[in-house]
Amino acid sequence: MADISLSTATPVVPRRRFRWSTLVDHAVLIAGSLVMILPLLVMLQTASTPDVETMKYGPGLYFGDQLDDNFRKAMFEASGFSGENTGFAMFKNSLILGLGFAIGKIVIGMMAAYAIVYFRLRFATLAFWLIFTTLLLPLEVRILPSYEITQKLGLLNTYTGLIVPLIASATATFFFRQFFRSVPEELVEAARIDGAGPVKFFIDILVPLSQTMIAAMFIIMFVYGWNQYLWPTMITTEEGMYTLVRGIKRIVQVLQGGNEIPEYGRANVLAIIAVLPPVAIVIFFQSWFVKGLTESDK
Amino acid sequence: MKRAGFASRWLPILLLVPQLSIILVFFYWPAAYAVKSSFYLQDPFGFGQTFVGLENYSALAGSAEYLKVANFTMIFTVLVTFFSLALALLLAVKADKVIRGAKTYRTLLMWVYAVAPPVAGFMGLILFNQRWGPLTEFFGALGWDFNLRADYVDTAFAMVVVSVWKQVPVNFIFFLSGLQSIPKSVREAALIDNRSDSGRFWDVTFPLLAPTGFFLLIINITYALFDTFGIIDTLVQGEPGNNPMTLVYKVYVDGFRGNDLGGSSAQSVVLMILVLALTVFQFRMVERRIHYT
Repeated sequence: MADISLSTATPVVPRRRFRWSTLVDHAVLIAGSLVMILPLLVMLQTASTPDVETMKYGPGLYFGDQLDDNFRKAMFEASGFSGENTGFAMFKNSLILGLGFAIGKIVIGMMAAYAIVYFRLRFATLAFWLIFTTLLLPLEVRILPSYEITQKLGLLNTYTGLIVPLIASATATFFFRQFFRSVPEELVEAARIDGAGPVKFFIDILVPLSQTMIAAMFIIMFVYGWNQYLWPTMITTEEGMYTLVRGIKRIVQVLQGGNEIPEYGRANVLAIIAVLPPVAIVIFFQSWFVKGLTESDK
Repeated sequence: MKRAGFASRWLPILLLVPQLSIILVFFYWPAAYAVKSSFYLQDPFGFGQTFVGLENYSALAGSAEYLKVANFTMIFTVLVTFFSLALALLLAVKADKVIRGAKTYRTLLMWVYAVAPPVAGFMGLILFNQRWGPLTEFFGALGWDFNLRADYVDTAFAMVVVSVWKQVPVNFIFFLSGLQSIPKSVREAALIDNRSDSGRFWDVTFPLLAPTGFFLLIINITYALFDTFGIIDTLVQGEPGNNPMTLVYKVYVDGFRGNDLGGSSAQSVVLMILVLALTVFQFRMVERRIHYT
């Protein structure tokens, strides 16, 4: 639409000429972008500088040459007591949490939404309310009892204990319910006439139709799972189970430091690695992500 | 429910079982457990519990420390919500206007969405470092002896700044998408009626964005109350001491560290009621809100 109005030069669209207000617009946007990006550059600078220098002078203006060295230390040398929490191990745990959470939530959510939208159920209303009440209370307000129960079930320091309690909310279910309701009724009728059963309809028609929605949900859920902090902090006490974001707590305590030189380089490399995968996904799949976020209304 | 559905007896039940069993075990059971524990006093050594009625709640109401935390949470929430909404709106309006570099600005302004709150807090620790933090030095040059973790107000300031930094991108994305969904015809009509940029903004754009803004208001309040946990925990480096903290952080400190399950549960229940009230308020406003499109 924009192209048409520009090429025909309707009187409403003024000719593009220099305006002071345009300059102000750009100035505001550049300032905003700088504020967003500068902390990351400071981290990158610190990650590439020897620890002694950072300890003495703080972040400087020039990048150092220690990045690969600090990276190797952060990824493959253990820092804790058990020798198990290398950056690599934490990266693996973060990945398991992010993927497990996203996949689990989407699969379970789609199944439940399918049942609610496409079937006549006797206790449909009850199931609906049971499921959607969970949208009201975030995990944080019931964090201690959730911990106690997970402990009772013997799930501390397990991936199940890490992932499943986080799935206990209906965001994805709600989202897929909205989407399924917008799918034309004729599709079901046509499928039934063709003799397709409910399972076939779900797998061969509904799932392919939902592809974009699944992708958008996956991005949002992966980022959400990867970035979890409070729950992993409580549930994982063994260093081998730490995620990168959970590991930040350890890093921060190390920075408090005793007499030794705090390992700024290693800490910043780990923080950057904790940020990189979700940021990369959000940037590369920007349009899906924005669509998913703004349409789901969380 | 679709008009045309499938009539199977066992399949829908099978489909619902995973979802229902997870929320029963990890949602309803903990929520009920919190309500129940809030009426009991836990023996500190783990030998049983005594029913104390509303004592945990009255202890909360009478605790000067709890009221201080509640007070801080309120101020913190108002500041974080206001500044992250206002800054995001400003940036979104500008990003919607410019033609050159629009995509680059959009990416630069939204990537922080994916940064975990504790990592944002960690960045804050570096920038506000007591000895050589760039921002600490900057404030020092302005004559403000900034002291993270040692000074209550300075620490609160850092918490607000980091929380706003982390939240602006979310609001930016929603505002920008709201702005871009305003029909071109409306914009053109406004352009004819009102030549001044700011006049057009307040008379046309702002009211059209009101529904988005209201939705974001609730999202931001929830964010400030709950999701800032990681920021606060890293900025105080896990040792709150005399530093400011939010209600959720206190639930964690009292229950997990202090082993006061009853008191902490009572705090959880207070938070639950707060969230429920917010949600009811949200639904009522959504019903009442005017749709312009």
